[in-house]
Amino acid sequence: MSGFRLETGGRIDRSQSVQFHFDGKTYQGFAGDSLASALLANGVMLFGRSFKYHRPRGLVAAGSEEPNALISVNRGPGRFTPNLRATGVEIHDGLKAFSQNRWPSLAMDFGAINDRLGMFFPAGFYNKTFMWPRSFWDRVYEPAIRKMAGLGDAPTAEDPDVYASTYAHCDLLIIGAGPAGIDAALGAMDTNKRIVLIDEQNELGGGALADPTLWPWLERSVKALTDAANVTILTRTTAFGYYHDNFIGAVQRLTDHRPEITDTPREKLWRIRAGEVVLAQGAIERPLVFDGNDKPGVMLSSAAKVYANRYGVAVGKAPALMASHDSGWHDVFALAKVGVGISAIIDVRESVDSALVHEADRLGIPVYLNHAVVGVNGRHGVSSIDICDYSHQRVHRVEADALLMAGGWTPSVHLWSHSKGSLKWRDDLGAYVPDVPNENVHCVGGCSGDWDFGTGAVIDMLPTPKDQSRIKAFVDFQNDVTAKDIKLAVREGFRSIEHIKRYTTNGMATDQGKTSNLNGLQIASSALNKPVPDIGLTSFRPPYTPQTFGALAGHAKGALFQPTRTTNIDSWAQAHGAVFELVAQWRRARYFPKSGEDMHAAVNRECVAVRSSVGIFDASTLGKIEVVGPDAAEFLNRMYTNPWKALEPGRCRYGLLLKEDGFITDDGVSARLAPDRFHLTTTTGGAARVLNMMEDYLQTEWPDLDVWLTSTTEQYAVIALQGPNARKVLEPLVEGIDLSAEAFPHMAIREGTICGVETRLFRVSFTGELGFEINVPTAYGRAVWEQLMAQGAQYDITPYGTEAMHVLRAEKGFIIVGQDTDGTVTPFDAGLDWAVGKKKPDFVGKRSMARPDIVAPGRKQLVGLLTDDPNLVLEEGAQIVADPNQPIPMTMIGHVTSSYWSETLGRSIAMALVAGGHDMMGGTLYIPMPGKTHSAKVSGVVFYDSEGARLHV
Amino acid sequence: MILIHCPYCDEKRPEIEFANAGQAHIARPLDPSGQSDADWEAYLFIRANPRGRHHERWRHTHGCGRFFNAVRDTVTDKFETTYKAGEPRR
Ligand SMILES: [Zn+2]
Repeated sequence: MSGFRLETGGRIDRSQSVQFHFDGKTYQGFAGDSLASALLANGVMLFGRSFKYHRPRGLVAAGSEEPNALISVNRGPGRFTPNLRATGVEIHDGLKAFSQNRWPSLAMDFGAINDRLGMFFPAGFYNKTFMWPRSFWDRVYEPAIRKMAGLGDAPTAEDPDVYASTYAHCDLLIIGAGPAGIDAALGAMDTNKRIVLIDEQNELGGGALADPTLWPWLERSVKALTDAANVTILTRTTAFGYYHDNFIGAVQRLTDHRPEITDTPREKLWRIRAGEVVLAQGAIERPLVFDGNDKPGVMLSSAAKVYANRYGVAVGKAPALMASHDSGWHDVFALAKVGVGISAIIDVRESVDSALVHEADRLGIPVYLNHAVVGVNGRHGVSSIDICDYSHQRVHRVEADALLMAGGWTPSVHLWSHSKGSLKWRDDLGAYVPDVPNENVHCVGGCSGDWDFGTGAVIDMLPTPKDQSRIKAFVDFQNDVTAKDIKLAVREGFRSIEHIKRYTTNGMATDQGKTSNLNGLQIASSALNKPVPDIGLTSFRPPYTPQTFGALAGHAKGALFQPTRTTNIDSWAQAHGAVFELVAQWRRARYFPKSGEDMHAAVNRECVAVRSSVGIFDASTLGKIEVVGPDAAEFLNRMYTNPWKALEPGRCRYGLLLKEDGFITDDGVSARLAPDRFHLTTTTGGAARVLNMMEDYLQTEWPDLDVWLTSTTEQYAVIALQGPNARKVLEPLVEGIDLSAEAFPHMAIREGTICGVETRLFRVSFTGELGFEINVPTAYGRAVWEQLMAQGAQYDITPYGTEAMHVLRAEKGFIIVGQDTDGTVTPFDAGLDWAVGKKKPDFVGKRSMARPDIVAPGRKQLVGLLTDDPNLVLEEGAQIVADPNQPIPMTMIGHVTSSYWSETLGRSIAMALVAGGHDMMGGTLYIPMPGKTHSAKVSGVVFYDSEGARLHV
Repeated sequence: MILIHCPYCDEKRPEIEFANAGQAHIARPLDPSGQSDADWEAYLFIRANPRGRHHERWRHTHGCGRFFNAVRDTVTDKFETTYKAGEPRR
């Protein structure tokens, strides 16, 4: 009834038998077989069920354009790959492959009922039918559709394979190693060009692999190219995308065909930059559109030739040919030559080259000109075909066990289109061919429309006397789109092929319409009565064939997905049980739980330690910029809101940075080390952004200023020592600095040594307590930290994390840019007008502070909130209303930005941005939450030591 | 991936080394306080959105760090030219 292995021929190794499995059944093939050829040799015609109608489907093609034979391969736990084309899977001993989209089995599929109900599944069916009721979509329609209409199952286990990636550069990249690509490589081989030749198949040759007369030439050519030192050959490598400036992405499959190898990368992603590209992708044969053209056993005639000559497999004992193009005749002559009996040649044309007819006569093949197939009999295979004699409008039956289609050729312009090269329509080919390049690239061979396949008639679908409404003539096999669907789309008013495509889904399957786009265009063209170029062509987009996420991700997964920045002290925190959080790619200790403590208990203990004795905190992640030069003070004066020129060396200042629109973008304490040298600090997340902004102004607005900016974030480890006992801990370790309150006041900087290491010692506080920030060269961070821990033991020195730091600063009303501000907060909104130099004629953002919107009343302003229930901690982000009894939707006047339990105060505290908040002091606001509405009194933002007495000791 | 010519390094480098920095040739007024609200609004917010030739700023962030100007075609994404900051508009 179907395919079988020929006695001789093919490029398979008949001495090497291979045992593999398909749907649990064991089969034999030979080394060199594809899964498709090996199953065909075993008489298997049924490869899968179609997407929408669950119709039985077999092989259409022999290459990567195959739309039907999608299968899954299971290589073990986590190594399950769905939606592979059986034509591209090489068999090996133990291969486990499975058909898809069928239940309970391939031959007996319940979903096939969709086929009988086909009249209910026209184009746009999903859009039209499942509109109502809306609530049914999530619960009923979508789950049912997903179960019925699917490709392979997505893998569930984590992929244990490793994927490599590399960059390559070459003078000449040739994509496609058929005769045209090999000729291009041979022609350039003797130059000194670095050449890369890539092909998606397991051996070079392309179309030549199916033509034994070319094999001697192929062998010589491959040897010459392999021996050439300047030629790199990549087989099993798919150039999937063509990007700007001759940048090509390709995936090389390394081990799927060699299951004994498990310890090297499975695939390799190549990013190739080429001086010049030659595209030799070839052409894809076009199916013909007629009733029953999707039956298993109906396939491209060129594919039948590939199976016979390359794999030694006949697609049937008596196949027939349905042609509109000469190439099909040559294909069946080749089949006859290897002993396949051809039952008939049917050609839709009234006349063909007489040499073809003579050859058919000589081989004894019946020829039917001006005829066409109008029906295919047999359900899971072909048993006979019905052909119509157009001159007499008579239908008669021809026996055949397979049917070959020869509908002409479509140049493979996918990569050319990725590169944005333009296309031109050729009426004689019924196809688009490359026209004007957009990169340094040209096409050779089949993909340029240059071929010796003969000529043919361009035809949208085979005319039939049957009732049009009762036939299923498929255009897109993978998405189950019929000619009728396209005509329906046109009737419903769609005019552009881009719209027709989306409405019918023609060409939108995983094969991107390799076999269907041109037929779809021709049918739309006829229905609209417009020439094809007026309807357009849909765009090809990468990837040319589906690629694995593994290959695209490479090593960038898990811990390597993005870099984690760690401080010199991080290892100490790790060893002492810190719980970490990520802050702008930095790994920061969030809190240090003692045994039995939860976060709440640990944070409370850490906060109390800072307020009552001394705490120690790793602040190394603070952004740091060294600003140097004669104009350094002038530059900072222009950048920050504050005045800087009068700041004496040895003193620090809180700096507030706005964007030109007047909104706060960063802040930090900075120190003047010398008249021409400042040590700036920025927020942890803002370091790179602030440096970029400063460079921008320095380079492009004020290039006359003599200033140099250097990022020093990673040059210093910073240890914050905070609490009433901080000075006592520090004193014995520091040399060259008088730590007394008189000699070293709050907001000052001194240089000296600590534990013998050079330090820039800041007296600053983000907690409201007596505090120091000890800057030492990064490499000494942990050593100094450990000395401080040892020295502080007598005061029960307590390491604290970012969570306690947040609570401590909130108790003092210190903002965190990005948490208490959101890019729409001005200094006045944040209550920071004291930090704005009113007398300065200009600074970045100054003019905007007088913009109409910014001086208008009703802006959101930062206030404190004290809940009426002191034990209630509000949720950060919770919305605030003035009147809890107003109808829903309520008018929201602000939101909570920071909210904590303060162990020091024995109650909760919060900050919020509230419209007109500065004028609401003492008033009550409401925070509606699920189940309960909370109330809170508006307050200032400083909850603890508002006179600052604890700082100045 | 586009190659961009840095006029300071005088080399074509992959685009991942660069960052776009908005429309070019918009100078900060020398006396912002003297600007009317309308003029200041235009300086801050109003930008061209041309189809075709577009003058824009780029920074060779992961290279020399310099800001420079470029003419890029917004339809084809091709760079016509790049030149140093401060040089006249091309
Ligand atoms: Zn540069």
